[in-house]
Amino acid sequence: MANSSVKLHYEVADNDFTVAGEASGAVKKVLRQLGFPSDVIRRVAVSMYECEINMVIHANGGHIDVEITPDKIRMVHTDKGPGIKDIGQAMQKGFSTANEEVRQLGFGAGMGLPNMQRYTDEMKITTEIGKGTVVDMTVYVNKF
Amino acid sequence: MASEKRELLYHSVCLEEGDCKGCTTCMRYCPTQAIRVQNGKAKIIREKCIDCGECVRRCPYHAKRVVSDNFYTLKSFKHNIALVAPAFCGQFSKVTNIDLILTGLKKIGFDDVFEVARGAEVITAKTKEILAEKNHEGPYISSACPAVVRLIAVKFPSLSDMVIPLTSPMEAAAQMARREAMEKTGLEDDEIGVFFISPCPAKVTAVKQPLALDKSSVSGVIPVKDVYMKLVHALKSVDKIEKLSVSGKDGIRWARSGGETEALGIKNYIAVDGIHNVIKMLEELEDEKLNNIEFIEALACTSGCTGGPLNVENEFVANSRIRNLTEHLEKGEAKGENLSLMWDKKVEYEPFSPLDTDINKALTKMQQLEEIYARLPQLDCGSCGSPSCRDFAEDIVRGKAQERDCIFRLREKIEVLAKEIEELGKMIKE
Ligand SMILES: Nc1ncnc2c1ncn2[C@@H]1O[C@H](COP(=O)(O)OP(=O)(O)OP(=O)(O)O)[C@@H](O)[C@H]1O
Ligand code: SF4
Ligand code: SF4
Ligand SMILES: [Mg+2]
Repeated sequence: MANSSVKLHYEVADNDFTVAGEASGAVKKVLRQLGFPSDVIRRVAVSMYECEINMVIHANGGHIDVEITPDKIRMVHTDKGPGIKDIGQAMQKGFSTANEEVRQLGFGAGMGLPNMQRYTDEMKITTEIGKGTVVDMTVYVNKF
Repeated sequence: MASEKRELLYHSVCLEEGDCKGCTTCMRYCPTQAIRVQNGKAKIIREKCIDCGECVRRCPYHAKRVVSDNFYTLKSFKHNIALVAPAFCGQFSKVTNIDLILTGLKKIGFDDVFEVARGAEVITAKTKEILAEKNHEGPYISSACPAVVRLIAVKFPSLSDMVIPLTSPMEAAAQMARREAMEKTGLEDDEIGVFFISPCPAKVTAVKQPLALDKSSVSGVIPVKDVYMKLVHALKSVDKIEKLSVSGKDGIRWARSGGETEALGIKNYIAVDGIHNVIKMLEELEDEKLNNIEFIEALACTSGCTGGPLNVENEFVANSRIRNLTEHLEKGEAKGENLSLMWDKKVEYEPFSPLDTDINKALTKMQQLEEIYARLPQLDCGSCGSPSCRDFAEDIVRGKAQERDCIFRLREKIEVLAKEIEELGKMIKE
């Protein structure tokens, strides 16, 4: 039998902290209904939330495409933000360009990208200064 | 399968069909989307219900009932003890003395009384020990509220290891009360009745079918409201108040939200109350949005156990009274030696059943669900009998509802039909 898949699409609004997390929350619900193991659900939820919040804080929003298949969950986050100058630096624990305002809200520890790396099995960042960033992450179901 | 087992679960909350008007109020407030209105009656999906009592509180026609024990059950025992929860003491206006309440209980059929606050003091001490060991990452979650423990079992499996595997103050108190009574009376264990006066259906369920214990030490559960009227009358005829209360401030403050944590003396904590707030908090915890938190006290009822749906008094008034009643008390440190305070078994993850046990089939059903959802008005009006358009789409996919149950979809269909008939009518004329 050919593997079935479900595709989901979410728009992420610009600079709105109150709705950030809605997409990852919705995906979490879908994964629960599909009966995925709780560990997989949590890894997807945490990494997707971090990425979603990055789009809000650093990149004026964007959109997320999620594809769920029996063996993996792929999340592609696309924004038209400023891009990332040095990906290696951005990936380092503690590196952050978040401004004081954002830090006041409890963000800007520079732990988002490292956590996404830790919780996903594959992660690819494509970025162009002034054009935007695509963060493509995959969580495999049977890989722990 | 886990979900089949949950079908067989005992539930204290049920529907009195005759009183249900099908108004959908309970359905809209149920935190686990466990209610559907079918043929004008609000049915509970057993595997989803956590007996939180939110529907009991919300139903304007009082059609959601709580099955419990009553005073007749006392006849099965030679010696009966009332287990009095701290929240109970806030139910009475004009009562400025806990001893009066306790003395009154001995006039309405109980041979003795025992304060659950003493159990709470014992649990407080034990919790401190466990927190000091700290053998996992992230915060500990209190296991005091059975509705919350059940919620975690069905919805938040990744958090289950954070729940403190301790029995409740009620169970600790029941063990202590039994032991004391056996010594005092010389009776056998099974001749002694221990009755919890309950503010909530969750505690009834916790006694009838404990999640983490092999058997409860409590013999029966009687709702606060059933004891209340009897007691109010009896209080008038109390001429000599006995000195019965021995518990301190730390135990009694468990009655309200935040009290448990205050007794523990923890700095970085979250005290959340109200089942919808609890769910929001646990979602955040699961998504690792909470940092540097050591302890989470989560209670299903707003304001804590004083907000239990079987209470009589408004929770804010009750909390204020409890504050006054305990002002002069010492901290309180009940001794609980040789009690069995740890859980007998781990709470199993018992999720709501997925769309299908075969992941490929589940994905196909999810596609259908998304397609159906896209066609629905997305107003979450509830007139189809499901709590939201998404839940309705899920019910259709599960074969439990039909698209024409949506009045908007039905109207669209009728419009199409009407046009077709009009066309046909024209053709006949021509
Ligand atoms: N989508 C993006 N567009 C532009 N820059 C980004 C984007 N995502 C991350 N960055 C850059 O990478 C840095 C590191 O991101 P990371 O998520 O690790 O930390 P943070 O968002 O600053 O803080 P935290 O995630 O701990 O709240 C950010 O400060 C930002 O400069
Ligand atoms: S008791 Fe709680 S979970 Fe059960 S049906 Fe009522 S509101 Fe829903
Ligand atoms: S908060 Fe207290 S009264 Fe309410 S359900 Fe939980 S244990 Fe029962
Ligand atoms: Mg970030």
